[in-house]
Amino acid sequence: MSELVSTPDRELRDNDLDHSELSARLIGLWHTPSGWLGRLATVDHKVVGKRYILTAFAFLALGGILAVLMRLQLSGAERKLLSPDLYNQVFTMHGSTMMFLFAVPVMKAFAVYFVPLMVGTRNIAFPRLNAFSYWIFLFGGCFLWGSFLFNAGPDIGWFAYVPLSSLQFNPSKRADVWAQMITFTEVAALAVAVEIVVTVFKQRAVGMTLDRIPIYVWAMLVTAFLVLFAMPSVMIASTTLILDRLVNTHFYDTASGGNVLLWQHLFWFFGHPEVYIIFIPATGMVSMLVATFARRPVVGYTVIVLSLIATGFLSFGLWVHHMFATGLPQLGASMFTASSMLIAVPSGLQIFCWLATLWDGRPVYRTPLLFVLGFIAIFVLGGLSGVMVASVPIDMQVHDTYFVVAHFHYVLIGGAVFPLIGALYYWFPKITGRMLSERLGRWNFWLAFIGFNIGFFPMHILGLMGMPRRVYTYTPEMGWDHLNLLSSTGGVVFATSFVLLIFNVIHSLRRGELAGDNPWDASTLEWATSSPPPPYNFSRIPVVTHRDPLWADAGNLPVVAGLSVERREVLLSSVADAEPHTRESSPEPSIWPLLTAIATTIFFIGSIFTPWAVVWGTPPIAAALIGWFWPSGTKEDEE
Amino acid sequence: MTSWLRLSLAIAGACVLASCTGWQSSFNAQAPQADEIRRLLLIFIAVSAVVWIGVMVVLFFGMLRRKRQNQQPLDLHEGFERRAGSVVLIAGLLTTVTVLALSFVSYGAQRTVFANEADPVTIKVTGHQWWWEVQYQADSPHLSFTTANEIRVPVGKPVTVELESADVIHSFWVPSLTGKMDLITGQRNSLQFTARTAGIYRGQCAEFCGIQHAHMAFTVRALPPDEYSRWRHHQNQGAASPGDPLGIRGEQLFRGRGCGLCHTIRGTLAGGQFGPDLTHVASRDTIAAGTLPKTSGNLAAWISDPQHIKPGNLMPKMALQSDEMIAIVHYLEQLQ
Repeated sequence: MSELVSTPDRELRDNDLDHSELSARLIGLWHTPSGWLGRLATVDHKVVGKRYILTAFAFLALGGILAVLMRLQLSGAERKLLSPDLYNQVFTMHGSTMMFLFAVPVMKAFAVYFVPLMVGTRNIAFPRLNAFSYWIFLFGGCFLWGSFLFNAGPDIGWFAYVPLSSLQFNPSKRADVWAQMITFTEVAALAVAVEIVVTVFKQRAVGMTLDRIPIYVWAMLVTAFLVLFAMPSVMIASTTLILDRLVNTHFYDTASGGNVLLWQHLFWFFGHPEVYIIFIPATGMVSMLVATFARRPVVGYTVIVLSLIATGFLSFGLWVHHMFATGLPQLGASMFTASSMLIAVPSGLQIFCWLATLWDGRPVYRTPLLFVLGFIAIFVLGGLSGVMVASVPIDMQVHDTYFVVAHFHYVLIGGAVFPLIGALYYWFPKITGRMLSERLGRWNFWLAFIGFNIGFFPMHILGLMGMPRRVYTYTPEMGWDHLNLLSSTGGVVFATSFVLLIFNVIHSLRRGELAGDNPWDASTLEWATSSPPPPYNFSRIPVVTHRDPLWADAGNLPVVAGLSVERREVLLSSVADAEPHTRESSPEPSIWPLLTAIATTIFFIGSIFTPWAVVWGTPPIAAALIGWFWPSGTKEDEE
Repeated sequence: MTSWLRLSLAIAGACVLASCTGWQSSFNAQAPQADEIRRLLLIFIAVSAVVWIGVMVVLFFGMLRRKRQNQQPLDLHEGFERRAGSVVLIAGLLTTVTVLALSFVSYGAQRTVFANEADPVTIKVTGHQWWWEVQYQADSPHLSFTTANEIRVPVGKPVTVELESADVIHSFWVPSLTGKMDLITGQRNSLQFTARTAGIYRGQCAEFCGIQHAHMAFTVRALPPDEYSRWRHHQNQGAASPGDPLGIRGEQLFRGRGCGLCHTIRGTLAGGQFGPDLTHVASRDTIAAGTLPKTSGNLAAWISDPQHIKPGNLMPKMALQSDEMIAIVHYLEQLQ
């Protein structure tokens, strides 16, 4: 133990106490107050993270039900299960839900839970903002789904191209609902991005230098920066759309000098990095799983980290490949072919590193590893079809066909959902203290893997056979029936695998085998504390001397001492070398983030009906923020 | 290596075979532009298959090979780490070379597909929710005319399609002839193809354009040049006046019931601009943008309740007596 700071105050520090007394005091300091008010006021990143994860999976279930409805409608020619109007709402809701309410939030959710644990701190940076982010996400999601249940669900696609989404062609509130849902989710995403960046930069355990940061944390750091730079673009897009619709501006009105392609540029400048906002966290998960289940550190740590950063930069230079059919200059378009294909290089390097790790390692075939292997098989195929659609001439044939539907489900489900489910099996014991059933896990994996491929591989062929996307039906003479029926069958099998997952989770929550601190003998800091972790995460903050601390210092991690046990306190460290800098108080629970979120929600929803909501909606937000930031007598406030 | 190549070619071949069936297939190429894209697709599919199988083989052998047991996770082998690093970097370089090569191959094909030949037949296509307006343009206005949803082109001659939209964004796509191009509000795009063989090629709107996006099909019929000029001459004529009393009554009803407010029949007083031009509607194969075969029964069904067949389309339901319906359909059937 090393004495951290030696100020001559009479504050009680953790080095004054023995272990049991310290734990008791820390629980008193950090626990979430009981009662419903206490729960609503919590700022514990683990409580918020669990809510985030659960809510995101609830939206996955809703989006999945819509997917099954679409597959039933398309399972044969001219089926009449869904009316064209309902079908258009269903595919728009499916895309919007999966992208904005499931894929992005679930990745943030796992980060909210695990990044603070993995960097060895007691709470995420800006924990009240974190609570606010969750409430905004929840209210935005409920707003979208509430609208859908009242037949006001958006019907303009998750991309909402103008002029189809303009007032002239969409006079109901449906497009406004879509655009404002974007605002909700973007506010939530930006908040979490800021928290992650600051947590990773300033709250790492002493000794966790840049080259000792777990790869998953690197991945989340890169993702957070992607969010910060990509999301403003779509916020501009959705805000200008609402302005066009609500107060008659002319951003997208060609008759008044507006431009409809501007929308596509703004949307895809966000939309392509968005794919990597989903995929990069998943690759981070894969690196963790590969290391743990191959029983060795991942080959090429530096290569992987640089690949993640390169992917982040490259992802901003590809958006035009969504627009190859819009009549852009040919040479310019071909530049985006090259840049789009080049992203295969960092992705490929990561794959090669994992292959090398598995080659040398001694694989333990548990469910998480099965999902990683499934990920490699599916994602590589999806990446290769991505290289195909990056070619301008090929894209001219397959753009907006089922080939593209197949491609992005291969990269998004194969590339992100498979690692995510693997990570769920991996981290479930940490979150709940109990293991998921391995037997059900294997069934889950094989149903998912087989169902997915039967469901989505035929779509490649359907696309080449000329079947466009977003059609609610097709005529029998097109000859698309058999493959569609096959695809629908696979889709149902795939959906079944998720039912099994839900069953496994519910069953294991009560009956699952007790996990212990580190059931997989993994190497990173989240396994250094109990399962589930105590409210304060670590009774003493660990010191990191190695990239794989639990493998290097099995059983007795060095720790720092000197943090206060009279108030919530976290340790701040330097950005590059993680040298201890200062002690900083961490906010107490507060109801104000929830009240601010409610005021913001009223403002957002009101402003799709009347511009005056911007006027009368602002004072409640201001009042809530004043309550939120009211000086509460912490040390920093008094200095 | 050769066995991988053979297997991948077999997979590619199977995909091609599957895709050739169906008359809207990218592999059923009937123009040099579509040929070029098909060639490119085959190259990319073959390369992809080789890479995928290669990765799977490495993964498979990597997982199954005999491992040293009872090793601590951090007990690493210096030699392996170094070799693994080099192999990863070499594989990365190979990836770079491959994608750059594919980029150049792709660019070559792109130049071929977009190499516009001089002196083409020019046709202007305007997208509407949910049908296609087709204007044949000639040097003198009296040789220009408008039709809908069925495009006829001469075999062997380059055809430039100029693409505009009257409302939202649509996309013009006939896979057998060439790739797709969007029809964008406030912008004019163009696309050129040269049909190699006579035949009927189906196309469909490829950009989501609202409630009836699924029913926005069209056909391109490639005709021998002389047949094409005969057709063009015929289309340029106004509609023949009906000779029989039922046809005359039909024409009167067409105007009296307001059909002419939306539809044009050249040579009559019907001059509406909102719906498809019906001057030679009887010479078409389908109605409602490829939704139904053009038969008397389907015409009557369509006119009596278009919202049942194509819900949400912009044609209102007409309240007609059955004898009025018979007269109007009889009249339309004469518009050869």
